[in-house]
Amino acid sequence: MSSTTRTMAAPRTRVVLAALLRKELRVELRSFEAVPAMSLFSVTTFVLFHFALQRNALSGDLASGVLWVTLLFAAMLGINRLFVADAEQGGFDGFLLSPADRSVLLYSKALTLLAYLLVLEVVAVPAFALLLLGSALWPALPGLLVVLALGDLGIVVIGTLVGALAVRTSVRDLLGPMISLPLLVPVLLCAARATSPVLGAVGAGALPLRWLVTLALYDLVFGLITFAVFDFLLED
Amino acid sequence: MAVLAALELRGLTRRYGERLALADVTLSVAAGQTLAVLGPNGAGKTTLLRLLATLLRPHGGEVSVLGHALPDEGWAVRGRIGLLGHEPLLYRELSARENLAVYAALHGLDGEARAEELLAAVAMERRADEPLRTLSRGMVQRVAVCRALLHDPELLLLDEPRANLDPAASELVEPLIGRASGRTRVIVSHDPAGVLAEADLVLGLVRGRVQVLAGAAELDPAALVELYR
Repeated sequence: MSSTTRTMAAPRTRVVLAALLRKELRVELRSFEAVPAMSLFSVTTFVLFHFALQRNALSGDLASGVLWVTLLFAAMLGINRLFVADAEQGGFDGFLLSPADRSVLLYSKALTLLAYLLVLEVVAVPAFALLLLGSALWPALPGLLVVLALGDLGIVVIGTLVGALAVRTSVRDLLGPMISLPLLVPVLLCAARATSPVLGAVGAGALPLRWLVTLALYDLVFGLITFAVFDFLLED
Repeated sequence: MAVLAALELRGLTRRYGERLALADVTLSVAAGQTLAVLGPNGAGKTTLLRLLATLLRPHGGEVSVLGHALPDEGWAVRGRIGLLGHEPLLYRELSARENLAVYAALHGLDGEARAEELLAAVAMERRADEPLRTLSRGMVQRVAVCRALLHDPELLLLDEPRANLDPAASELVEPLIGRASGRTRVIVSHDPAGVLAEADLVLGLVRGRVQVLAGAAELDPAALVELYR
């Protein structure tokens, strides 16, 4: 045991990732800190829009704007909570003391945030359709799912990056939105523009390829940036 | 045969902004030996432990841990170090078994048998399925001992490891983290008399500077009390 030449083999990425995801899921299921708040926020916001706009049926730009702004602000709640348990309970140090590949933490956090967003959208999209959408949801759903997938990807990569950046500061609740909102403006813009024809008053139109490609490229660029700098963010 | 140094520090310096947390610390600890670190609050004791644990980067000097230079070769020693500090590094919503399963995976271990062995050693096996938030601080500290030892580390970094433990629990963890464990140890303590009995080498720090560095056997306990004045 006291040999100074012993070396450690790095644990397998898949095993570590599975363990971290199980941990994230258990912590959220037992604390209910992120997802219920995100879902409740989105439904409450749709109710407020319903009364504030004094309209029962939105379509086109207005409908997609309301949907995406609400999803974005609801996502902020999840982003702010993403690393909190690790920072407050020492999980960061525990992870950094292990020989596990640092990138696994990025994968686990990104997948956790994606899971939060998926649950949020399972609640928020039907609520939006019920309270505000003028046309039927079903015809719009295939196109909407495509935009949601790309929009979620953008929120996930930027949210994970900003969450890791902000969590070790004393002003994380302020810093998170301050950094992530400007970075998420292009995601919001592309996603809202791409969603607009799908939520048309006269039925679902075709998806505008230009905005989808722009959104996908933005996701890719930030995905690469997040992958490149994440290890550095974990260092002292 | 020459005894290998488990820890080798030369001119180690660390700052927090403008404030010097550690200044020019030089010492060597042989494998299997125990270094006791004493000093008043703000002396730099915890900073020293975090530097040795690879959680902080030095701003000056050289650090070698288990034969590897830090921070460049930190990857080679992570997983060979056990850190037991003020924070248990455990998730409150998870049970002891669930926490240890996470750490076993992080260290690439199939750690179920080892976890059970450690939980039994600290008499926590019957409460090991309850969320940690329902346990007392002393019980959580016992689980933290299991967490720190799960991967059988060669170097133990202990920051007042018995702080939350009652006498009976202290006795339980003694064979695991005490001298009998045979590991190289660095112990931060505020109990000069207690720590002299289990140390080979004593480092006294005041405001980040070395005030005392001597073998425990040749040290006058009064010199350690002076550190706190």
